Amino acid sequence: MKNPIPVIKIKSFATGKSVKLSEKTMEKTKLITDFFSDIGNMAIFVKQVFKETFSRDFEFREFLRQCYEIGNKSLPLIAITGAIMGVVLTIQSRPALEEFGAVTMLPGMVAVSIIREIGPVITALILAGKIGSGMGAELGSMKVTEQIDAMEVSATNPMRYLVVTRVLAATLMVPILVLFADALGLFGSWVGVNIKGDVSLVLFLSQAFGSIGFMDFIPALVKSFFFGSVIGLVGCYKGYTAGRGTESVGIAANSAVVLSSLLVIIVDLIAVQITDMIL
Amino acid sequence: MKNQQKEPAPTISTEAKSGRKMIEIIGLKKSFGNQEVLKDISLKLISGENLVVLGKSGSGKSVLIQCIVRLLTPDAGTIEVLGNDVNSLNRNDLDELRKKIGFLFQSGALYDSMTVKQNLEFPLRRIKKHLSGKEIKEKVEEVLENVGLADALNKMPSQLSGGMRKRISLARTIVVDPLIMLYDEPTTGLDPVTSDEISALINQVQKRYKTTSLIITHDIECARATADRIMMLQDGEVYLNGKIEEFEKSTDPVIKSFFK
Repeated sequence: MKNPIPVIKIKSFATGKSVKLSEKTMEKTKLITDFFSDIGNMAIFVKQVFKETFSRDFEFREFLRQCYEIGNKSLPLIAITGAIMGVVLTIQSRPALEEFGAVTMLPGMVAVSIIREIGPVITALILAGKIGSGMGAELGSMKVTEQIDAMEVSATNPMRYLVVTRVLAATLMVPILVLFADALGLFGSWVGVNIKGDVSLVLFLSQAFGSIGFMDFIPALVKSFFFGSVIGLVGCYKGYTAGRGTESVGIAANSAVVLSSLLVIIVDLIAVQITDMIL
Repeated sequence: MKNQQKEPAPTISTEAKSGRKMIEIIGLKKSFGNQEVLKDISLKLISGENLVVLGKSGSGKSVLIQCIVRLLTPDAGTIEVLGNDVNSLNRNDLDELRKKIGFLFQSGALYDSMTVKQNLEFPLRRIKKHLSGKEIKEKVEEVLENVGLADALNKMPSQLSGGMRKRISLARTIVVDPLIMLYDEPTTGLDPVTSDEISALINQVQKRYKTTSLIITHDIECARATADRIMMLQDGEVYLNGKIEEFEKSTDPVIKSFFK
């Protein structure tokens, strides 16, 4: 015999009449309401972060520690990724340019690609994984083990001490790491060019920088600040609002990476549109 | 940098006088969804008193002390601490009041990225801003000596046993000289010997630092060792409030189940 589908009666806002909904429909509705309530909560969180950023008693020592944690400890990862990115891009682009007899344009083309787009976006995505998950897991476990509550009751504002310092450090460090990745990417590209040719570093750099201008750097640098803010804010939000169980630490870390990576792509799309309109 | 800024004068009263009401709760109610955790709780705590709130798990004990420091906001009722209505204080005044309250968490809640020394210095540097580096060092060593763990100064929390973590957590709480101590299940998860040591330490802290204590527990031995008065919670309501002798003599089955 077929099991009857469980139904829930709710009152329709439009008609005022009672409407029967299955549990499946209610589950779907809950997903949508949860999504919008998450957006609302995040907006409130961002507002609080801004408010605390400009309040007195800035935790400067913790901010410096976070800069070290985010910046210095991400250097090896960013260096390797940046260099490989340059080599791969050069090797992949060479055949297409060879077809048109434009191999001499290879350094310039790779430089524009790395500095305008690939450098900032790839670096931000890698940092979303490294920093975002780290913040989500660290703050999430602090929440689970009552460390955030302990800070709160000892008259220390955890938002100011834990969140503001991390968000500002990410905002400052991500553009610096992007510049570092760009430099290593160009070096990797020079190595890539020399796999099938023989070009000196000076000649390579003069060709590369001959193709890029100041206005290629600025929009990329500006959007890197936004990438850093997004990664810091999402990582902290997910960790700070984690549930009470140990399972929620994993969920916080995972959702921090997923959401910050997605937002990096969305911010990039908006930045490209704005740059296109301005320049 | 932060230490150079002048603190605004607190607009709240944080003085402790003999015989004064330290905490007064009237008609406290708190629900989570449809679950009513606290139903009309009232209590009074006088200066120098040790009040034990006893009850089985899920009776609302932890929710009660979280409401006292406004980690949770009650649905109804008033909570006065040192004569201040906790729920109507602004953030600065609430922080001023919290400086006078020590809270020992069930898990210890030590900052696991910091050493024991840094854990103790953390509240001290923020609450006692006038202290010099030397005074801070002396104070940290003094409280560690008082909890019997002077040699744990440079250890990380992960290197400490459960009992040691509780002691260090207690040291971090008393290092700022609170007037009121709130203990959330201080002996949970500890062996009987260490539990007795922690209970003795609670009494020592009360004598040495002249604190008023509210101890949340379901450990009857801890209650016997520390209580001046016991308040028993059952299903979010006060079941019995009195001296330990009244509980020991009671023939009520619920109370007898605790005091076997």
